Amino acid sequence: MLECKNVHVSFGILKALNGVSLHIEKGEILAIIGPNGAGKTTMINVISGVYHPTPGRIFFEGKERTFMPPHPVAALGIARTFQNVALFKGMRVLDNIMIGRHLHMRSGFFSQGIYWGFGQKEEIRHREAVERVIDWLEIEHIRKVPAGMLPYGLQKRVELGRALAAEPKLLLLDEPMAGMNLEEKEDIARFIIDANEELGTTIALIEHDMGVVMDISDRVVVLDYGEKIAEGTPEEIKNNEKVIKAYLGTAGRR
Amino acid sequence: MAIDWLFVSEVTISGLLVGLMYSLVALGFVLIYKASGVFNFAQGPMTLFAAFALVSLLALVPLGLSLIGVLVIMVVLAYTIERVILRPLVARPPLVLFMATIGLGFFLEGLAQAIWGTQPRGLDIGITDTPFTLAGVLISRMDLFGAGISGVLLFGLVWFFQRTRTGRALRAVSDDHEAALSVGIPLRRAWTITWAIAGIVALAAGILWGARLGVSFSLTLIALKALPVLIIGGFDSVPGAIIGGLIVGTSENLAEVFLGPSVGGGIKDFFPYLLALVFLWARPYGLFGREIIERV
Repeated sequence: MLECKNVHVSFGILKALNGVSLHIEKGEILAIIGPNGAGKTTMINVISGVYHPTPGRIFFEGKERTFMPPHPVAALGIARTFQNVALFKGMRVLDNIMIGRHLHMRSGFFSQGIYWGFGQKEEIRHREAVERVIDWLEIEHIRKVPAGMLPYGLQKRVELGRALAAEPKLLLLDEPMAGMNLEEKEDIARFIIDANEELGTTIALIEHDMGVVMDISDRVVVLDYGEKIAEGTPEEIKNNEKVIKAYLGTAGRR
Repeated sequence: MAIDWLFVSEVTISGLLVGLMYSLVALGFVLIYKASGVFNFAQGPMTLFAAFALVSLLALVPLGLSLIGVLVIMVVLAYTIERVILRPLVARPPLVLFMATIGLGFFLEGLAQAIWGTQPRGLDIGITDTPFTLAGVLISRMDLFGAGISGVLLFGLVWFFQRTRTGRALRAVSDDHEAALSVGIPLRRAWTITWAIAGIVALAAGILWGARLGVSFSLTLIALKALPVLIIGGFDSVPGAIIGGLIVGTSENLAEVFLGPSVGGGIKDFFPYLLALVFLWARPYGLFGREIIERV
């Protein structure tokens, strides 16, 4: 579905990504893991079009889109969440999720301006889709609360809702469970698996909680210092020596 | 002192009407501030520019056509501003953008001077300034007309921002650029639309205040009156701009009547600033502004 070939990204002299190639298969849950500063978030930013690889190439569904900026990337069906929640804090939860449907809404300024006919029908149709997402994420009770006033865990959930409302083909999650307690983590893990199984959404996520990663992902890619050091099933990764070394430093040396 | 209630209501009503016109000017600032986090120093000169352009077009074609003409000019101006000024400064600190708007302001003022000279012009939009009486209260036609236009524009804009897809997208952009891009909203188009709307607001303000006071370079000073309105209402709130405008309009009139005589008059010009100062002490984010809690 998505293929990154030989991606390099540098900030000044810092090489954030140094020739990483990875692919995402349709329908899978791919976990990208690695120590801090390994280039995981940079990778997500490259896939979502925030940064462009130099050199390197990116293909989505067989078509090259290496230098596409973020908003047309979103239009291709790639949605994302951010490591530090990026919600529209002044807007209600409902509006936040409604914005997720921005790309699906077609009626122009004038028909909406008059708010009848097509404009109204469309607004209602999208409102229904949004209510389904809200229902599904169990956030009915906070629909009308400004997003900025919610506790962190709920904000992350709303952000996930905004991404899901776009009905993406590929969903990128940058540490969706960071800073959550066990119960909240289990909730999010369940939503991720549901989105994958019921909606058929392909998912790539960055996560530090190894237990969760091993449980929910089909495949794991490990980055370290901007390079891919391993790739495989959770089982393979668990026993990969390079990975153990990267995480524990001097593993095996007494 | 016996209070003449008829007179007081007259003063209050005139204050409310003028207040709506202040709101309109303030709204131009709020829009840009919300979209790009910048206090747009050029809003005053934009008002001036629009008013001068209208006056000179009026000499050639009828009112309707001139309005459309200036509208087109303001939209083209917005597009150019995005292209030439905002785009190269993307992701720079707000202070840089603020400096850019100061430059833009001086440029527009200079351009207006080069094209139209420094002579004040009259702007006749066919509204007489003779007052009429309603239940014994004198009301200025011009004020009522101005308030009416401002009210319609304010209502339309609030509605646009709350209810339409484009409005929602613009609000999203003002909240978080990165997130807006990630849901597929093109930043540049959003900025162009915002500046175009600010240009249209500037045009409306230019017409209303130009018709009241004449079109001259002192029109840019009207923009200064927006400052207390913004401080009282909150820099990032559309309802705040409306309420703030009404408070400033009414309070300056009432202050002139009740406090003016004891200090020898002339209080009207600075009273709003005093009031704004009090607000800065008590509620630095204004009545409706978003409170930003900064973590140190």
